[in-house]
Amino acid sequence: MVPPDPQLIFEAPADARARVVVRDVSVSFDAIEAIRGVELALGDGELVSLVGPSGCGKSTLLAAIAGLVEPHSGEIWLDGQRVTNRLGHVALMPQRDALLPWRTVLENVLLPAVVAGTDVRATRGRALELLPRFGLQGFAEHYPRALSGGMRQRAAFLRTVLTERDVMLLDEPFGALDALTRRSMQEWLLSLWEDLSRTILMVTHDVEEALLLSDRVAVMTARPGTIALVEPVDLPRPRTPEMVSDPRFVAQKARLLAALRNEMSFGSEVLR
Amino acid sequence: MTGLTRRRVARDAAPPRDVRPSEPPTTRASRGSALSWMLPPGFLLMLLVAWEVGVRLDDTPRWFLPRPTDVLSELVRSRQLIWGHTWTTLQEMVIGLTLAIVLGVALAVAIAASRTVERALYPLLIASQAVPIIALAPILLIWFGYGLTPKVIVVVLTCFFPIVISMVGGLRAADVDAIALLRSMGASRWQVIRLVRVPSALPSLFSGLRIAAAWSVIGAIVGEWVGASSGLGYLMTRSASQFQTPRLYAAVAVAAALGMSLFALVALFERWALPWQRRAVRREQG
Repeated sequence: MVPPDPQLIFEAPADARARVVVRDVSVSFDAIEAIRGVELALGDGELVSLVGPSGCGKSTLLAAIAGLVEPHSGEIWLDGQRVTNRLGHVALMPQRDALLPWRTVLENVLLPAVVAGTDVRATRGRALELLPRFGLQGFAEHYPRALSGGMRQRAAFLRTVLTERDVMLLDEPFGALDALTRRSMQEWLLSLWEDLSRTILMVTHDVEEALLLSDRVAVMTARPGTIALVEPVDLPRPRTPEMVSDPRFVAQKARLLAALRNEMSFGSEVLR
Repeated sequence: MTGLTRRRVARDAAPPRDVRPSEPPTTRASRGSALSWMLPPGFLLMLLVAWEVGVRLDDTPRWFLPRPTDVLSELVRSRQLIWGHTWTTLQEMVIGLTLAIVLGVALAVAIAASRTVERALYPLLIASQAVPIIALAPILLIWFGYGLTPKVIVVVLTCFFPIVISMVGGLRAADVDAIALLRSMGASRWQVIRLVRVPSALPSLFSGLRIAAAWSVIGAIVGEWVGASSGLGYLMTRSASQFQTPRLYAAVAVAAALGMSLFALVALFERWALPWQRRAVRREQG
């Protein structure tokens, strides 16, 4: 196991204050240690990807940051403050879209406003404005079951955006999609990303997706999960889908895959 | 060279291409549907004809087994009398079922919301069903007399159990991801119940409700058998003791029709209340 390199972990953009700092966090469920001594920091406006074999505790880390599970050791800081009850502080997009089947698309994306008790009417206006950019024009009054997988995912993403938090945690946002839809969703997210100006931590097990979208990529080891390696992505912004054939991209992909292969004794799930 | 810059995805890039409008409503109708609609009444009619013919051929006495036509003519002849008794029974059913729904749903939410309430109430709930209601009816008669109240109580006791059980099951089966999502938004316990658990319990509640609706007529009639001065159950016992068998059969037919109507009403209400469950718009296959 490669020991975490503090230099790389805390290499957030120098001019930005860290939005999220995860310091030496461990989480156990009963006797099983899910993650151990995780160190990670997200600078303001940064998009960091978390890649690792399935079951390595990526989702657990997100749940811990969101406040859904309490780490049994370590600290989580948000906006320079150590927050103990973090529920409601960050926007989470769960692995499956978790759209409520009895609410229309519009009602689903308004859910965060309903829960927070904020001005639902104003949020509705903003939602209607954003629906076309999320490829959901004309579907405001549809129930989720009438939507394709990609549309459901975008509705869930819009809901996450409308949670109106600076930090967004995305748990395999494109994981359930077929390869083609996945690729077009990545392109779409690239086009949207710069306007969002949010800090994002995204779990994926697709190295290509991680490189294409993020500022830095963190590689997680198998259970108990720890951060083995954090690398800044060696590509300029704006990113384009063609960059997958850029020599720098290819070289970094090979490097990350090698790091991942070290962590896995079997299977080839990440070698897409 | 242009490839990279030109293909830089524009600000207002078109959304991904998998966007397809949902297909027009798919009707499952076709050749099969007319037949499937005709089948239940057709089969019933066949049975009735067989009964009529059998009884005529065998020359069975009417007080022993009346013909369907006897029952029908009795229904028409004594319609005023039968309607009066039907009205009593219908009132007991509807009031009892309504109370059972209110009580059952409230109880289910309390049970799902609190472990303590569950521990305290669940055994009692089971016990309430283990005690035969027909044994309770005389006690209720002593306490509340011959009026509507004891029958309504019997209906409530009959109906609330399937409602509570189905509702508790539905509340518990709510999607854990959706609950986690709500909690991550900072939702309170009550918000989680109201926004996720209750709506996701509705389909299951309605299947309990359909059972309850069909059972409500049994509750009302059992209540009336023990002691009443009106109602279909009272009419049945009275007709039986006077060997007015066609009238007894007419009362049974009306009671069955009441149960079925209430069942159908619940099913209709379900369709209206759960629009997202309709099959009209099918999920696309990716």
